[in-house]
Amino acid sequence: MTSSVGGGVASALQLLWILLAGPLALGLMRKVRSRLEGREGASVLQPLRDLRKLSTKQRTRPTDSTWVFAAAPVVLVASTVVAAAFSPLVTLSALLASRVDFVAILFVLLLGSVSLLLGALDTGTAFAGMGASRAAMVGAMVEPALLVAILAMSLGVGTSNLSRLVGVGVTTSALAGPARILALVSFFIAILAETGRLPVDNPATHLELTMIHEAMVLEYAGPDLALVTLGESARLVLLLGLFANLALPWGIASGTGALALVGGLLAVSIKVGLVAVAVSVFEVTTAKIRLFRIPELLAGAFLLGVLSVISAVALR
Amino acid sequence: MSFSYVSLLDLAVVVVMVTAALTLWRQSLAAAVKALAVQGVGLAAVAVILGAHRHDLVLVGVGVLVLAIKAVAVPWLIGRVVAHDHAAREASPLINVPASLVGAGVLTLLAFAATRGVVALVATPAGRLIPFGVAIVLIGFFSMVVRRRAVSQIVGLLTIDNGIALTAFLGTSGVPLVVELGVTLDVLLAVVVLQVLVAHLQRHFNVHDLDQLRDLHD
Repeated sequence: MTSSVGGGVASALQLLWILLAGPLALGLMRKVRSRLEGREGASVLQPLRDLRKLSTKQRTRPTDSTWVFAAAPVVLVASTVVAAAFSPLVTLSALLASRVDFVAILFVLLLGSVSLLLGALDTGTAFAGMGASRAAMVGAMVEPALLVAILAMSLGVGTSNLSRLVGVGVTTSALAGPARILALVSFFIAILAETGRLPVDNPATHLELTMIHEAMVLEYAGPDLALVTLGESARLVLLLGLFANLALPWGIASGTGALALVGGLLAVSIKVGLVAVAVSVFEVTTAKIRLFRIPELLAGAFLLGVLSVISAVALR
Repeated sequence: MSFSYVSLLDLAVVVVMVTAALTLWRQSLAAAVKALAVQGVGLAAVAVILGAHRHDLVLVGVGVLVLAIKAVAVPWLIGRVVAHDHAAREASPLINVPASLVGAGVLTLLAFAATRGVVALVATPAGRLIPFGVAIVLIGFFSMVVRRRAVSQIVGLLTIDNGIALTAFLGTSGVPLVVELGVTLDVLLAVVVLQVLVAHLQRHFNVHDLDQLRDLHD
């Protein structure tokens, strides 16, 4: 009984952490990018201020849109928060952690992307529809790569449970295995594509020809836009956090004691910060690839995942 | 000790495998040549690791030879051809890149299915890696079939050769130095001849697409 209470506290902590860390990570990535480009850049807190400003603005919605449009931001935030509450971010023993496997987490996340896509189609504008069709194309190729990558990691340790997958990494030294490295590279490429970062999508652009994600959310304004931004940044942090914990599992709390939770919170914040900085450095040095070459990138990620599965099975 | 030997060997073989996939993945010819150089380093590492494990100085020597020729000399020679035209890329392969990457995955699975008997027969940590060698040979053949640029085909040929060498290292208890010397120098000679040929093609006809060279010209 006490353990489930502790798990509940841990899940609530993860839930709050992801909502705060999302905008902060976004601010950090923008700051690193501007510094590398020789600009001063906005404060790391700027996305939080933007959210506060947006939430006080008037809500406008396209005239012909239905409840699908209105529900999409809420579903996005809710699905991300649910996935975050049950994932091994701060501690390995969050609520239901022993029963939730990676397929469940990925599909809960997928719910958010699909609702956003439907919301974009619901506006009836050609522009949002184009963004939705592009996002669907990218998403259809990201999912197999993500699933195969985590499948490879779970073949190595014989469980598809995310918490155990991370937990095994803490105790064993079989970290540098080729299967794991390939799977992590594949997972990382898939995350960049899924969260709309360079080289797949430019998160800062509003140029019609190139944008994917921004085209989808163009019709959102005020509190709705705040929710979309919050949900998207929380998703980014959740996926980066899962990647960081799978790649560098050290420091994650195994129990739900107060001290362990504080330590886990610090560890995951530092790890996500490091990965976020690495992503921005990578983004500065790379250019967006053409839309028609995205399948090549993601097919490569998929092949790395397949090679990883093969090596996990063959080199056991 | 033996644990680190196995994991190092695994890592080196997977490096060779991934670079073989990279030559299919990237369209830029310069990137393919770089991948080939890394592949040579991985192959040399396999020979050196095996040699160190078996206390076989000859095999370590073979590794150094492979490093000198396949990781340095051959990529440098091909790189000179590529350096002539900037942004050289495999513009129109017969099968597009995503499909050929899926093809590479299927060929790898095929290699694993086909070599189960060999793996059971050899039954050493090195022996269970033999399917990777066969897969690299198949990927090399595949690359030669679907690519049309002369340089891409040379890269495919060298990938086949690297796959054969990898299979030989893993499957036998050491290749005699004379045999390895002969094979590696043969490859070097072939690359020199091909390099001269491609450079001449480039200068005289200004084409790299071998499919365009069906008719005789003056």
